[in-house]
Amino acid sequence: MSGLDALTILAGHAQWWHQVIDFSDYGQLMALVRNSIIAAAVLGVVGGVLGVFVMQRDMAFAVHGVSELSFAGAAGALLLGSSVVVGALAGSLLAALAIGLLGARARDRNSAIGVLMPFGLGLGILFLALYDGRASSKFGLLTGQIISVDGPQLWWLVGICVVALAILVAIWRPLLFNSLDPDVAAARGVPGRVVSMLFMLALGLVVSVAVQVVGALLVLALLVTPAASALRVSASTVAVPLLGALFGLVAAVGGILLALGGSLPISPYITTIAFATYLGCRAVGAVRDRRAA
Amino acid sequence: MTGRDGASCAVTQDAPTAASSSHPDRSAHPAHPAPVLEVRGATLAFHGRTLWSGLDLDVRPGEFLTVLGANGSGKSTLLKALLGVQRLGSGTIRIQGESVARGRRRVGYVPQQRLIPTGTPMRGRDLVALGVDGHRPGVRLRGRRALRARVDAALAAVDGTELARRPIGQLSGGEQQRMRVAQALVSDPALLLCDEPLGSLDLHHQQEVVSLVDQRRRSHGTPVVFVTHDVNPVLPATDRVLYLAAGSHRLGRPEEVLRSDVLSELYGTRVDVAEVAGRIVVLGAPAHLDPHHWEEGA
Repeated sequence: MSGLDALTILAGHAQWWHQVIDFSDYGQLMALVRNSIIAAAVLGVVGGVLGVFVMQRDMAFAVHGVSELSFAGAAGALLLGSSVVVGALAGSLLAALAIGLLGARARDRNSAIGVLMPFGLGLGILFLALYDGRASSKFGLLTGQIISVDGPQLWWLVGICVVALAILVAIWRPLLFNSLDPDVAAARGVPGRVVSMLFMLALGLVVSVAVQVVGALLVLALLVTPAASALRVSASTVAVPLLGALFGLVAAVGGILLALGGSLPISPYITTIAFATYLGCRAVGAVRDRRAA
Repeated sequence: MTGRDGASCAVTQDAPTAASSSHPDRSAHPAHPAPVLEVRGATLAFHGRTLWSGLDLDVRPGEFLTVLGANGSGKSTLLKALLGVQRLGSGTIRIQGESVARGRRRVGYVPQQRLIPTGTPMRGRDLVALGVDGHRPGVRLRGRRALRARVDAALAAVDGTELARRPIGQLSGGEQQRMRVAQALVSDPALLLCDEPLGSLDLHHQQEVVSLVDQRRRSHGTPVVFVTHDVNPVLPATDRVLYLAAGSHRLGRPEEVLRSDVLSELYGTRVDVAEVAGRIVVLGAPAHLDPHHWEEGA
């Protein structure tokens, strides 16, 4: 009797565990999500680089705000039966440019984002409630999913990320200067307004892709955590963006590869890898600081 | 009003001679070199309140001009106007004979002392390098070697060679300010503008920053416009003082301006200038001219 009980419990555990990881049919699944992996890889790299400036400009909260509006846009597109990519992009860019126009003063900006964010989230939930399609695509926009990205959609997502990266590279030094010391940069001829708006444009582009891969609630895991980790282990202007890109890549692609084995959304895998990287980097940084001291 | 402006004009005209005679070591420069900075009839008003009006000012090579005044008197706004970031109500500003435009690269700018946070992905030399090419688009691809040599020279000039590899966020306030002086000097500016760069630094670091700026104007003849709320750290270096208050101003040698009768007339209320333990203190001057402190954060 008691032996049977133990077996039942074990079986229950096994079932639970299989939800997390189960690598039977792995090869077949891989082929199905190849496009998602490519999209996630590009997003991880660009998000890691963008994140360095998000940290410098103290805009983590703005990223969160933009992602909620992007979610609302995507949900609206789902309801209307139009392209989710375009919906996410529209919501994202609208929010990013509005926040950019609010200017650089952190307090004004944060209160406006605090007002905007729940409105976007509420709007998105309304659209999803009205939408009677597949429940998984509903939930996916909030918490991420392995969407089977089709060919044209993949090129949209990759293309959006590449444009964002191109913007960042084009304004690299002025953006660095403006993030460090806006007054001195302006005195040297850096047009602060233009640089800020271009940065917000790049941010909006990347967020719209991230919403579709990790979900609106967890965009920060790819736009803040990798860069924050890199900043713990280096202060080099070259190494920090490269490490940020590497950490972003590992979290995004690693998360998808692990998620394939289970039936959970991809977000917990991505956020766990990103968080573990951050803890590791903190530890490395702390050890190094102690040695230096 | 006109009488006051007339008085300050008179001071303007004789001041360069006074300044050059007080520094015989700059005899290498011609007796009347062309002014690097020329301000004529500059006026600026905000929300109906005049910050300064009818301001005439010549700053010649090697000269150290200290700008004093209460919070809200328009000291920082004057610097912004010199940088071309703030437009004048009327009047003209010329630097090396050309009217100012935003982002003139011939002007070096040392900002208010504000601590750069730890976790800024930049080393000392990166901060200085931004003074060379931080305004250029894109990433730095070519000319790294030439850049390195210029940055090294600027770092050596502020005695900051050993700070070059240190993360900027880990440097002390004084060390960061030395890096900012190097950043302003690396572009070999024709004019150096300093906006309260001493901030909350301790006395030793204040003197260090002032002496770096002072050295530069003596070695390269780079004129300095130095905005500060406390004249004492810069007094030994100062050739002339521009004192802004109550929408008006006085210009002249420190001993001509920092006097009880002159400042009382300027403020329109009784102000005492006293020397206490070797420091000049201005007593009775309204601390803030404007209850809204609009200049803060600007």
